[in-house]
Amino acid sequence: MINFQTAPERYQHWKLEVNGPVATLSMDVQEDQTLAEGYKLKLNSYDLGVDIELADAVQRLRFEHPDVAVVVITSLKPRIFCAGANIYMLGSSSHAFKVNFCKFTNETRCAIEDDSRHSGRRYIAALNGTASGGGYELAIACDEIYLVDDGNSAVSLPEVPLLGVLPGTGGLTRLVDKRKVRRDRADVFSTLAEGLKGKRAQEWGLIDGYFPTSKFAGGIDSRVAQLVSAQSANPSGIKLNPLEIESTSGSRHYKYIRVTLHREQRYADLTMLGPDGPQPTTVEQVQELGDAYWPLQAYRELDDALLHLRVNEPEIGLVCLRTEGRVESVLSVDQFLAANRDHWLEREIIVHMARVLRRLDLTAKSFFAIVEPNSCFAGNLLELLLASDRSYMLMDDQNSVAVSDLNTGALPMSNGLTRLQSRFLAEPDKTDEVFQKQRFNTEEAEEIGLITFAPDDLDWEDEIRVAIEERTSLSPDALTGMEASLRFAGPETLDTKIYGRLTAWQNWIFQRPNAVGPEGALTNYGKPTQAHFDYKRT
Amino acid sequence: MNLYDRIPNNVNLSEDKKLQRALEKWLPNYLDWWREMGPDGFQEKDVWLRTAIDVGSEGWAHFDYVKMPEYRWGIFLEPPKADAIVGFGDNYGRPAYQEVPGEFRNSLRRIIVTQGDTEPASVEQQRQLGKTCPSLYDLRNLFQVNVEEGRHLWAMVYLLHGYFGRDGRDEADALLERRSGNPDKPRILEAFNQPCDDWLNFFAFTMFTDRDGKYQLSALAESGFEPLARTCQFMLTEEAHHMFVGDTGLGRVVRRTAQLMKEGDVRSLGGIPLDIVQRYINFWFSYSLDLFGGEISSNSADFFAAGLKGRYQEAKQYTEHTAANEIFTMQVVEDNQLKAREVPMRNALNEVLRGEYVKDCEKGLARWNKVLADEGVNDRLYLPDPKFHRHVGEYAGHTFDIHGNLISREEFDKRKAEWLPSMEDREYVRSLMHPVTEIGKIANWIAPPAAGIKGKPFDFEYVRL
Repeated sequence: MINFQTAPERYQHWKLEVNGPVATLSMDVQEDQTLAEGYKLKLNSYDLGVDIELADAVQRLRFEHPDVAVVVITSLKPRIFCAGANIYMLGSSSHAFKVNFCKFTNETRCAIEDDSRHSGRRYIAALNGTASGGGYELAIACDEIYLVDDGNSAVSLPEVPLLGVLPGTGGLTRLVDKRKVRRDRADVFSTLAEGLKGKRAQEWGLIDGYFPTSKFAGGIDSRVAQLVSAQSANPSGIKLNPLEIESTSGSRHYKYIRVTLHREQRYADLTMLGPDGPQPTTVEQVQELGDAYWPLQAYRELDDALLHLRVNEPEIGLVCLRTEGRVESVLSVDQFLAANRDHWLEREIIVHMARVLRRLDLTAKSFFAIVEPNSCFAGNLLELLLASDRSYMLMDDQNSVAVSDLNTGALPMSNGLTRLQSRFLAEPDKTDEVFQKQRFNTEEAEEIGLITFAPDDLDWEDEIRVAIEERTSLSPDALTGMEASLRFAGPETLDTKIYGRLTAWQNWIFQRPNAVGPEGALTNYGKPTQAHFDYKRT
Repeated sequence: MNLYDRIPNNVNLSEDKKLQRALEKWLPNYLDWWREMGPDGFQEKDVWLRTAIDVGSEGWAHFDYVKMPEYRWGIFLEPPKADAIVGFGDNYGRPAYQEVPGEFRNSLRRIIVTQGDTEPASVEQQRQLGKTCPSLYDLRNLFQVNVEEGRHLWAMVYLLHGYFGRDGRDEADALLERRSGNPDKPRILEAFNQPCDDWLNFFAFTMFTDRDGKYQLSALAESGFEPLARTCQFMLTEEAHHMFVGDTGLGRVVRRTAQLMKEGDVRSLGGIPLDIVQRYINFWFSYSLDLFGGEISSNSADFFAAGLKGRYQEAKQYTEHTAANEIFTMQVVEDNQLKAREVPMRNALNEVLRGEYVKDCEKGLARWNKVLADEGVNDRLYLPDPKFHRHVGEYAGHTFDIHGNLISREEFDKRKAEWLPSMEDREYVRSLMHPVTEIGKIANWIAPPAAGIKGKPFDFEYVRL
């Protein structure tokens, strides 16, 4: 079982050093410390275990070190920055695992960009050696890239010429969309296995600068110093403690999340508990409460539960999302967060919730929201319902859903819209109506279109049972494709393009005989035999 | 006279506009590089050098006095064979590639650049040695090696200019921009960034490191890319002289040491003790083994499959040329223990080539040990185990003793001075390095050669100072 929880003192592959306003994240992959058997992590190549540590570090920097203004990502290996995802690991993994691996690494890179966008931290990729494939994709997720000019080190995306697949962590999209590299140059670069070195790489916009070996450390330092002086200081952070999880073969319980697995029927119930007891009313109290504050703890737990379901429970195809608690309690937490969103910690908590909800949007499982009278689908938790593929709300006077200020834009989807905007693309006025009325009983919710079905108590149990059985009987592949197509209506953003193309192109190419067939390029990489392609274009 | 008429060649340079255009820019840079990085202090001296002015049996060894910057570096390929084929790999038996196949362009360029980078590197490493030459004979040999490394650079640059377009021209320029041992623009391979600042280093370098060159060139001489194969075949004739310099140079040091051992304490008599010679062997042999690349290599498999880089004497030694189903067993470190692992042959070709090289080195050791025996000395020299002191491949990152036993890093550090030249060793050897430039005289720490060059006696004026 893969565990997504870690902490700097347990990192095997990264060193996190915080020195005043500057954090340095150094990659030093231990080649024998792999998640699975059968491969070695040579040349700072990575598997999911390496990326789990990186994701943890980025998350921790935001909460534990808000005073850090600049993060330098570099490597402790001489002459090599990072060789990307380990090819032998990919070659020996199931398709489902590869897809989940790529999705997680993409989410980590998006989290770096999210930090840069929302918290103003600048990420500097200090490439002390060659950055190839996923190594360059990690660099390109940073704000600025500097490469050592030692006559040898290069940046490259060798996936197409070497492996017959695509760069799997947004490299192609970021080349042309983020760094705005000319498409013809991007074409040349992406078919050149050995990549480009300092001078040409900078001319083409692949990097921001280069320094000779003896001036590399100094060059990075002075750029960092410039960036630091442009930032204002933040107060001290809060500690992210390990989550407490009770796990059995059929369940996984956190403080605010309960997952019950129905393996025979291939679905799970995921219940999120709303805030209980008195909640803090000042930013100082929140700071003191730290990671035990409901919106932080509950969403960290939800994040872990989603990752666990994705990677460790591949046969669970449907998750029924439920909530328990008081609508008013959720709304008052939201009200407090919205009012204090300019304070660093409240801002971090809100954007963290947004990231976890996007993780839910991007999870290749069906989600049904089940709304019953003791539930609290309100404000931030209403997003669970809106993120679901469909929702069932019991016709009952005591049953209600509600919106808060956080539904107006604080928790956007990858497409840049709120889930309400995405829902009402055909009738944009509906969102205004929703915010005017704010709270809805079942009948009203159905009327305005917030929910899908509203069975009464006589039909309720059977409706839910049949819906579950029907859903889990459908082709899982077709469902994944269908859900991904339907969830992200509206405009494209860098993020939607990255995930969309990952799902459509990379995952398709990963399955094709030209990649993974007996004569495919990925199959034959590193082997004594050569790839042979079926040259017909599809 | 046209500039191109002065360049000896058999590639029809005076008609080849493409090559002329490329050389026009590169040639002045090359001469600047030679003046800046070539032998220091001897650029204006007449040196009795061999120049290749033709590929025929007469022309390739033309001897005369020449000032090195006026040396006629040329471009020679072995004459083409009719019906040349790709001699190994997946395309075995097809007609040899006369032009670079597009799909192998990057791989081939990398092979050529990596080989080409070593040629100027060694000139840079050796540029101060002339000032401490043990005799005019040795001084001349040093310069012969230097100008030929320069010509080997030309050979690789010819391929880059002739077959790789703009990228090739850029790479050819970069070959003149990197500098041995400069941390900001080092040479590509580590052995070529090590200092080579005394004559014991020089002889060990030409014995062991140039011998790697012989094996790399031999493997490339089998290439299905015919211009590369023919270029390397011709280079091999010159490379043989470099190894002769190293092999006989170390042999003469060993002979002198053996003579002094019979007279008394070698050190107090101003010779180089055998244990220091052994440590230099250990150092250069191990660094040179690294040059063959990783024991298990996807590049080696790709290059072989594509018909770009073959095995040593592929055509002569082997009857089966695809090596597709063979297995090679090698030792690897697993769980801190040496274990045997079976590897597909194509992935093990670096190790196979390294094996041929080790066998060849052993012959040199046997010759030196025969010198010791002839002189009546009982001590013997040996090659360290190939796992010892490695920085590339399966054994890098682990520590082995001289016999190949896995030992702890602490133990290695403790015993390092037994096995590798210490600062003290190096300083002692340097303290012996005083120039001897009188005709017919030789330094005390080395024996004179058995014969001179091209029938000339030892007391010939090989360099006019």
